Amino acid sequence: MGDAVVLVGTRKGLAIARSDDRRQRWDVDAMQFGNKEVSAVAFDLRGATPRILAGLSFGHFGTTVAYSDDLGRTWHEPEQAPIAFPESTGVALARVWQLHVPPANQPGVVYAGVEPHALFRSEDGGRSFAMVDGYWSIPDRTSWMPGGGGACLHTVLTREDDPRWLMAVMSTGGAYRSRDGGATWTRANRGIEQRYAPEGQRFPEFGQCVHKVTAHRSQPSRLFAQNHFGVYRSDDEGDSWTAIEGGLPSNFGFPIVVHPEHPDMLFNFPLEADMNRVPPGGRCAVYRSEDAGASWSAAAGGLPAEPYHAAVLRDAMTVDNGAPGGVYFGTRLGEVYASTDCGESWGLVASRLPDVLSVRAAVLP
Amino acid sequence: MSAVLVVPSALRAAAGGASSVAVSGATLGAVLDELAERMPLLERRIRDEQGALRPHVLVFVDGLMVRRADGDMATPVPEGCEVLIAPAVSGG
Repeated sequence: MGDAVVLVGTRKGLAIARSDDRRQRWDVDAMQFGNKEVSAVAFDLRGATPRILAGLSFGHFGTTVAYSDDLGRTWHEPEQAPIAFPESTGVALARVWQLHVPPANQPGVVYAGVEPHALFRSEDGGRSFAMVDGYWSIPDRTSWMPGGGGACLHTVLTREDDPRWLMAVMSTGGAYRSRDGGATWTRANRGIEQRYAPEGQRFPEFGQCVHKVTAHRSQPSRLFAQNHFGVYRSDDEGDSWTAIEGGLPSNFGFPIVVHPEHPDMLFNFPLEADMNRVPPGGRCAVYRSEDAGASWSAAAGGLPAEPYHAAVLRDAMTVDNGAPGGVYFGTRLGEVYASTDCGESWGLVASRLPDVLSVRAAVLP
Repeated sequence: MSAVLVVPSALRAAAGGASSVAVSGATLGAVLDELAERMPLLERRIRDEQGALRPHVLVFVDGLMVRRADGDMATPVPEGCEVLIAPAVSGG
């Protein structure tokens, strides 16, 4: 294994941390894209040259996708807008929420989940994208609502054993699944409760505020979701969901990840409540389940003991491809932590950054 | 018609480092359409993909602010005038 690299997209720029494959000591490059919001970052390790992708917002001046083929030392933005809504939609790109790189058997393909709710697909490694018309044509679309962060399609899932399978997840609209490469979509929200809704309306077919969905690559039909209200598991690729909250101090939070080497090991970062988005009891704590959500306990070794009042956003927790597998998260206090022992102990990767929006990590071949 | 587009410092990287760019067109819309052909990266910082001025971008033609309510893209651009692009004072 070679060098380890962590991409930290923040509210005001990109930080890149570098280490060796032990991932114990980190050097952080000077911030790049100063004052640009780096809302999404991704590694593409499928080709001979590793590529980094970044979704950037220029504040007043729009949103784009840039890429680097030298691990972040130089960046390129295509002359033509990488992501642009067709004229027929009448809307304009507001933000790139997710850049998703499918497995190696889908070379060149990159998906972008954007605001307003839409899915884009690239076949040239992220230099140019086309809107997935089938997703835009979902009849429910006109009923979807913006979540607190916006009308965001924030999560895209793909699987290695079926390149035509897709899941796209949004706040606030719920999860939708396609088995034909995005041409047609079905709702995938059964069992997810809208706890604020009146009696009799708490299990709608769509409209739930899902915050993040993830799966282990070896078990792509088993999905885990951190929702606005509730943590859920589906064992049937989203056809139905059951709550997995026992042992969590709160069912509210944003991220959820699966350990890369242990398909039943989950991590999330609970927050007190939707109306109080801080760690419960002021304690900075990751929670871990080792049994696919049947039980949870704190995994906070090495995390600050002092009162901590910063959240972890939905794309600010991630895992890497190293051995042993690494787990990472960044907070709105601008700190990034990593663990290479399944969350038993955490070490600081970077600190005093702007608030962290997106984190991705890789150990390079 | 030819005019000079004054590029704010925040956009100079998208203009190859230039602080001003010679542009041509009888209206603001025509000027930006022509700019999109030559310098698409700069133009899309100013307008979105639907051709609308970005909400927090201000344009002044010879010192007069272009108003969206007045049909901004139809604003005449007289020969030799200055088209100033500026970010609105907004954000955090």
